[in-house]
Amino acid sequence: MNEIPILRVEGYSKHFELHEQGKIIPSSCDVNLNVYSGRLTALIGPTGAGKSTVLKGIYRTYLSTSGRLLYRTVSGHEVDLAQADEHSILELRRTEIGFVTQFLHALPRQATEDVVAQPLFQKGMGRSEARDIAHKMLAAMNLPERLWGISPATFSGGEKQRVNLARGLVSHPRLLLLDEPTASLDPKTTERVVRLIEDLKNDGVAMLAIFLHPDLVERMADDVVELEPPLSIEKVLKEIA
Amino acid sequence: MDKVLGVKNLSKVYGPGCASCFELTGPEHDTNICPNCRSVVAAHDVSFDLYKGEILGIMGESGSGKSTAVKCLYFDHEPSSGRATFFDEGRQYDLFNLNAAQQRRLANHRFGMVYQNPHLGLNFDITAGGNIAERLLMSEVDNFSEIRGRATSLLSRTEVLPERMDELPKNFSGGMQQRVQIAKALVTNPPLLFLDEVTTGLDLSVQAAILDLIMEIQQEKDTAMIVVTHDLGVIRLLAGRTMVMKYGRVIESGLTDQILEDPQHAYTQRLVASAL
Repeated sequence: MNEIPILRVEGYSKHFELHEQGKIIPSSCDVNLNVYSGRLTALIGPTGAGKSTVLKGIYRTYLSTSGRLLYRTVSGHEVDLAQADEHSILELRRTEIGFVTQFLHALPRQATEDVVAQPLFQKGMGRSEARDIAHKMLAAMNLPERLWGISPATFSGGEKQRVNLARGLVSHPRLLLLDEPTASLDPKTTERVVRLIEDLKNDGVAMLAIFLHPDLVERMADDVVELEPPLSIEKVLKEIA
Repeated sequence: MDKVLGVKNLSKVYGPGCASCFELTGPEHDTNICPNCRSVVAAHDVSFDLYKGEILGIMGESGSGKSTAVKCLYFDHEPSSGRATFFDEGRQYDLFNLNAAQQRRLANHRFGMVYQNPHLGLNFDITAGGNIAERLLMSEVDNFSEIRGRATSLLSRTEVLPERMDELPKNFSGGMQQRVQIAKALVTNPPLLFLDEVTTGLDLSVQAAILDLIMEIQQEKDTAMIVVTHDLGVIRLLAGRTMVMKYGRVIESGLTDQILEDPQHAYTQRLVASAL
């Protein structure tokens, strides 16, 4: 393929150093992958291979231990997300890079429509316009309208996940990181989510995703990257020594 | 993005100070008292930038120097060394080289401060409305009905019943006093707001309402804020970036989610692990 990737991950590794316990926990190890606009790259591998860690490293929720995370911005600049200053990362999160995790973090007193519209509020969009877009997204997710005005605190796992997805998709990022976005959805809702992700792909959104089910990987992924379980602690220690 | 504040190497020492003060204090020595001259190194080498519309959290236990840093910036304390530059409407102010009148002018017009203790932020001898009027009068607004109108709208914005504006602050609950303090801080539309442990000691439900109010104001007015707190929940809720302080030093800083999920320093790891 001659297309330029929107994200190039080169030799990314991450381990956690727990001072209190005097332990080093290895996670992702020498990960290399490319992500392209309008394509979905799936991360596969056994539990503990550091799949989620790669996503969190790209979003900078985790600091990198080594490697480069080269992201090409809308203006064509290449930024190493592992090294970029905090304000640049915050700006990219606001405008270009979205993250949908398995868990919904929302205030127990915030209405679902506002939870979903939050990324648009942060972009400075007016309240009612942002809520209109949030409503469309919630409807597309098949979340009953009677739930829009109340907090997702009491929702079922699948409902929460739909809210989470709606929030991740609403701001239409250029690069979307998806961590098991369909994990607790029934088959019908999974189909809807799959169609939404296909739509986003057709719109040119680049995606890096972790799916639980191999058949989803088969259906959705344009590229597949398999991660190896991490090296033993001793080997990591030898490497950093 | 517009920079609002740039702080470089801010230090504050209480006491005579000596050549080894900075060498013999800090997290690696487990103290902020210089063993040589008994001076207290309240803050040392604090540097950061703050941008428009951004909330920076400063986290640490009591005595870590987090309030000292903010109080130096609001001119409550004089720093021992360091530089702070405030960028406002195309002008730059070298904060620690201004004369007293210039400092007062900035504190009254362009900065807002909300203290943990409402007695520091409010004059308890005059009414809630009077407290707000006082700040407006200092900002050279002297039309009575304009002052009254702005006080009323600010108090309703912070959900203090306007019919109570002629009461003394001592008649109010703690949460209400904080709301009056916030209204007073906001009445001049300051581009920079300091919040020093504003929800500490309040009931949980009152805390939540005050924090929601602060978030709404930040989104409405794009105010840059520095939030000083020992409460991880407040940091998580409000701050985009966070600095962690211990014994007067910044031991770690980063994006708030990174500080909470991947803390690097042993102290921060312990702090995060002790969250309820």
